Amino acid sequence: MTATSDREQMAYVSAQAADARVNVELDTGDMTLNIGPQHPATHGTLRIACQLDGEQVVVAEPIMGYMHRGYEKLCEVRTYPQCTTLINRIDWLGSFANEVPFILAAERLMEVEAPPRAQWIRTILFELSRIANLALFLGDMGVQIGALTPVFFAFRDRERVLNQIEEVTGGRFHPNFDRIGGLKDDIPKGWIEETRSVMEKMRTFCDEMEDLLVGNEIFQARCRGVGVIPPEVALGYGLSGANLRASGVDWDLRRDANPGLAWDQVDWRVWTHPDGDSFARYWVRLQETREATRIVDQLLDGIPSGPIMAKVPRIIKVPAGEAYISTENPLGEMGYYVVSKGDLGPFRVKIRTPSFNNISIVPWVMKGVYVPDVITILGSLYFILGDIDR
Amino acid sequence: MTTLLALPYWQETGIKLGLALAVIPTTSLILVYLFLFKMMAFMQSRLGPNDTGPYGTLQLIAEAIKFLQKEDIHPAQADRRVFRMAPVVVLASTFLLYVVLPAGPDAIVQNLDTGVFYAMAVSSLSVLGILMAGWASANKYALLGGLRAAGQLIAYELPLILAVMGVVIQAETLNLQGIVIAQATGEIFGFGAIGNPFILTQFLAFLIFMIAAQAELTQTPFDMPVAETELVGGFHIEYTGFRFLLFFMAEFGTAFAFAALASVMFLGGWWIPGFDVDDNILNVLGPGVMLGKILLVAFFIFWVRFTYPRLREDQLQKFAWKVLIPLSLANIVLTGIFKVVF
Amino acid sequence: MTDEEAVEETPAVDDTREQLLNELSQNLGDILVESHLRPHEDVWLRVRIDAWQDAAMISKNSGFEYFGFLSAIDWHIAPEGRYEDTEFDAGLTEEDEEPVEIDSSTGYGGGDTRFQLLMQLYSLRDQVGVILKSDVGDDMTVDTIRDVFPGADWHERETHEMFGISFRGHPTLHPLYLPTEFEGHPLRKDFPLLARQVKPWPGVVDIEEIPEHLEAQLEAEVMAAFEVNGGGA
Repeated sequence: MTATSDREQMAYVSAQAADARVNVELDTGDMTLNIGPQHPATHGTLRIACQLDGEQVVVAEPIMGYMHRGYEKLCEVRTYPQCTTLINRIDWLGSFANEVPFILAAERLMEVEAPPRAQWIRTILFELSRIANLALFLGDMGVQIGALTPVFFAFRDRERVLNQIEEVTGGRFHPNFDRIGGLKDDIPKGWIEETRSVMEKMRTFCDEMEDLLVGNEIFQARCRGVGVIPPEVALGYGLSGANLRASGVDWDLRRDANPGLAWDQVDWRVWTHPDGDSFARYWVRLQETREATRIVDQLLDGIPSGPIMAKVPRIIKVPAGEAYISTENPLGEMGYYVVSKGDLGPFRVKIRTPSFNNISIVPWVMKGVYVPDVITILGSLYFILGDIDR
Repeated sequence: MTTLLALPYWQETGIKLGLALAVIPTTSLILVYLFLFKMMAFMQSRLGPNDTGPYGTLQLIAEAIKFLQKEDIHPAQADRRVFRMAPVVVLASTFLLYVVLPAGPDAIVQNLDTGVFYAMAVSSLSVLGILMAGWASANKYALLGGLRAAGQLIAYELPLILAVMGVVIQAETLNLQGIVIAQATGEIFGFGAIGNPFILTQFLAFLIFMIAAQAELTQTPFDMPVAETELVGGFHIEYTGFRFLLFFMAEFGTAFAFAALASVMFLGGWWIPGFDVDDNILNVLGPGVMLGKILLVAFFIFWVRFTYPRLREDQLQKFAWKVLIPLSLANIVLTGIFKVVF
Repeated sequence: MTDEEAVEETPAVDDTREQLLNELSQNLGDILVESHLRPHEDVWLRVRIDAWQDAAMISKNSGFEYFGFLSAIDWHIAPEGRYEDTEFDAGLTEEDEEPVEIDSSTGYGGGDTRFQLLMQLYSLRDQVGVILKSDVGDDMTVDTIRDVFPGADWHERETHEMFGISFRGHPTLHPLYLPTEFEGHPLRKDFPLLARQVKPWPGVVDIEEIPEHLEAQLEAEVMAAFEVNGGGA
C-alpha cells in the first residue's frame, strides 16, 4: 500500500492547470449544474450546486435541509426513553450505534453504570452496526465508480448481520434496544454461535471486496489522488472517523476516549493511511470492517454473566446537569450534549453528527475537480442524509 | 439462395431486407435476455426476471409493450425535430450495419466488395445521433453526456479501424465473405484442418478491437456518456417510452453487430472445420454457427461491463490516444512485415 | 479573574486534565470567567463573550486543534411546558413549574444571560476535550471563529438560523436547514412546537402509573430478573 507518487500528483495538478489556461484563453462561460436533490449518488436528498467550467468544478456548494426533522426541538418534549426512538433514525444504517452515546450521557448524569454484561453486549451490537454500515459503503463505493456488481454482494452479506441484530433486538434498522441502565433484553440462545459464523462470512466478504475493487486498476486510477485532504485541514473542519484516519491522524474515540464500553478489554488496532485521498478512505474502512469482525469474535468469547439492567426507577428522572459523550460511530464521531433540569425529559440535546462536519469540507475539497471526481469524493466521504440533516 | 430460387432482383432484395429488419429486434431480444437479464443477475447473486414466461423469456416483449403504450412527452424547451430524429439516426446506423454481415456463403443482404470499409463508416454515424440527443434535450446532464460521447466515440474509432487493418492486410481483401474464406482456406504452418482463424495471428488486433468496441458501445468501463450514477442516463435522460426503446434496441443491436464483426474477422465467421466453403448446407448451418460465435464474443463484452468500474473521461482519452493507437499501429507494421516475409 | 472550582469529591485526581486546565487558565488570563473539572470528563470553561475569538485561538494554540461542534443553549423555560397531559404532569404544583436552579457548586449550568454559546474541541495530543461556553449578550452578536476553525462555518450558520445569534465577520450567514422564507428561530424556547399544540401527544401512555393490583407482581418480577443469569449460549 503505497502513497501516491509525487509525479502522479504533479501530473494531475498540471493537467488541471493546463485546462484552466485553455479555458482562460477561450473565455468559455460557466455552467451551473445541480447534483441532486434527487440523484443516485447523493445517498438521499442532498443537493450540491456546482458551477462548472467545462467538466471542472469551479465552486461546489452543498445545500441541505431537505430532510431536516427538527430532532433537537423534538427531543425537548419527550422523555428519555422516548428520545431513543427518534435518535435511532439519525444514522439509519448504523442502527444501534446511534442510541449508545445518548444513553451513556443520561447514565452519566444519573451516575448509574450499566452492569458489565450489558456493556459487553452493547459493544457487540455497536460493532455489528459498524459492520453493517461499512459493508454497505464497501459495495456502494463501487456503484459510484461504476462497478455494478459489488453492491449486490454487499447487500446480500449485510443481511446476515442485520439478521443477527434482529434476533436480539427485534428490529433490523431501528432496534430501540438501549435503555438507561442497561439493555431491554438479553441475548437469545444460540446467538453467539450464529454470530461467530456470520463474522466468518463477513471476513470472506471483505476479501471479495478487496479482490473486486481494491485491486482493480480502474478503481485505483479513479480514486488515487482524488480529493486529498491534508491532516491539518481535516482537524480544522472536524472530520471524524475513517475520513480522519485516512489522512494519517491516529485518533479513534474507542481507544482514546472510551466512555465505558468494552473496547479496552479486547485486543485490536486502529488503521490509518497516510495519503488522505479517496482510495485511502476506502482502504481504511475496509480494514476497519475486518477489525470489527475480530473485535466481535473476541467479545463473544468473554461475555460476563450477570444482570442485564442496573437498578433504575421505573420512571426515570435524570438529575440536573450537563454531559457530553461522543463515541466512534461507523460514520465518525457522534456525540450528544445533554442538558438536564431534573425532570422526565432533557432540557436541551445538541446532537453532534459526523456527517455534518464531514460534508462541510465539500466546498474546500471540490475546487477544480472533474465532475466524475465529485461523485467519487462524495462516495468516499460517506455520509447519510439523516446524519447531516437530523 | 440464388441457386435454389431465381427471383427478380427487387423481390430478392425485399426478402433480404425483411429478414434483416426482423433479425434486429430478435437479436436484441436474445442478447438482452441472456446477458442483461439473466447473466448479470446470476453474477450479482440474484435471479433476474423469472415470472413472465418460462424463466422470464417474455420479459422483453412485456417491456416493449410497456414502452409502446407510454405517453409521448418531450421537454418543453427541447428542439423537437432534432429530439425526435436522434434515436432514429442511431437506429439507422445499426440497421445499415446489418447489411454486410454474412451468415452463410450466400446468406448476406449485400456482398459489398468494400464490406469492412462500409461497416466502419456506417458505425460512426451513431455519434451524430448521440450528439443530437444530448444537445436537443435541453438538459445539462444530457449535454454533458452528449459531449462526452462525442469525444469518446471519435477517439475510439481510430483504434477500431486500425485494428481491423491488420486483418485486412492478412486477408488481402476488404470483402467480409472474402475474409471468412481466407480464414477457412488458410493454413497454420501447413496444418489446414481448422483453417487459420485470425485470432491466432492477430491476437493483439483482437484485443484492441474488443476494447474499442466496448467503447463504441458506451459500455462500462467506457460508459461515461451514460454514467448512471453521475449523469443518471446521460444523453438519453429525457427519452421515455418508444424513443427510449429505440435507443435501447440500437445499443443491443449494435452490440450484436460488433460481436458479429468480431467473429467474422477473427473467429472464422460462418465456417466450421469439416466443410467446404462452397457447401450449400452452410447456408443453413451458418446462421447457427454465427450465433454461437456471436454469443461467445458478446459474453465477454457483457462480462466486462458488469465487473469493471468506469474510467474518467480524461483517463479514457489518454488510454485511447496514448495506448491503443500506438499499439494498433505497431500491429499493422508487424502484420505488414510478416505478410511480406512469409 | 479566574474562579477555579475544586475537583469533585472523588479521590481519583485527573492529572492530565488538571495540568491542562491550569495551562489554559494561564493562557486565557482574564478572558476566563468560570471553569469546572470532573475527572475523566471534558474540561469546562466559561469565557467572556467579547473575547470569544481570542479564546478559540488560544485553545487552538494550546493543542485543542480538533473542532467538535458549536451550538447554543436557550436557558428559558418553554412557556407552553412540555405539552404532557398526564396525571403526572397535572399533579405538578406551582413550585415544580419553576425552573430548577442548577447548583453551580457541583455542576455547571447556565450563565447570566438567556443564551449561551457552546463549543467543544478536542486535543488529540492529550486526548482530552474542552467545552467552551459563553454568555451571549443582549445584542446577540458574537465574533465568528471561522478563521480559527474553518469547520465552524456551517455550525455558525445553523446556530444563527436556530437561535438568532449573529456572527460578526461571517460572510454567508444564510440559512442552512430552513427554507429561505422561514421566519423565526425554531430552537428558541418561545418558538412553539405547533404539532404538539394542534394534537395531544399520544406518547403519554408511556408514563402512566401501573394499576395497583399489578404493581406488586411486576415489582417482584423485576427484582427476580436482577438475580438471574441471563440467557444466551
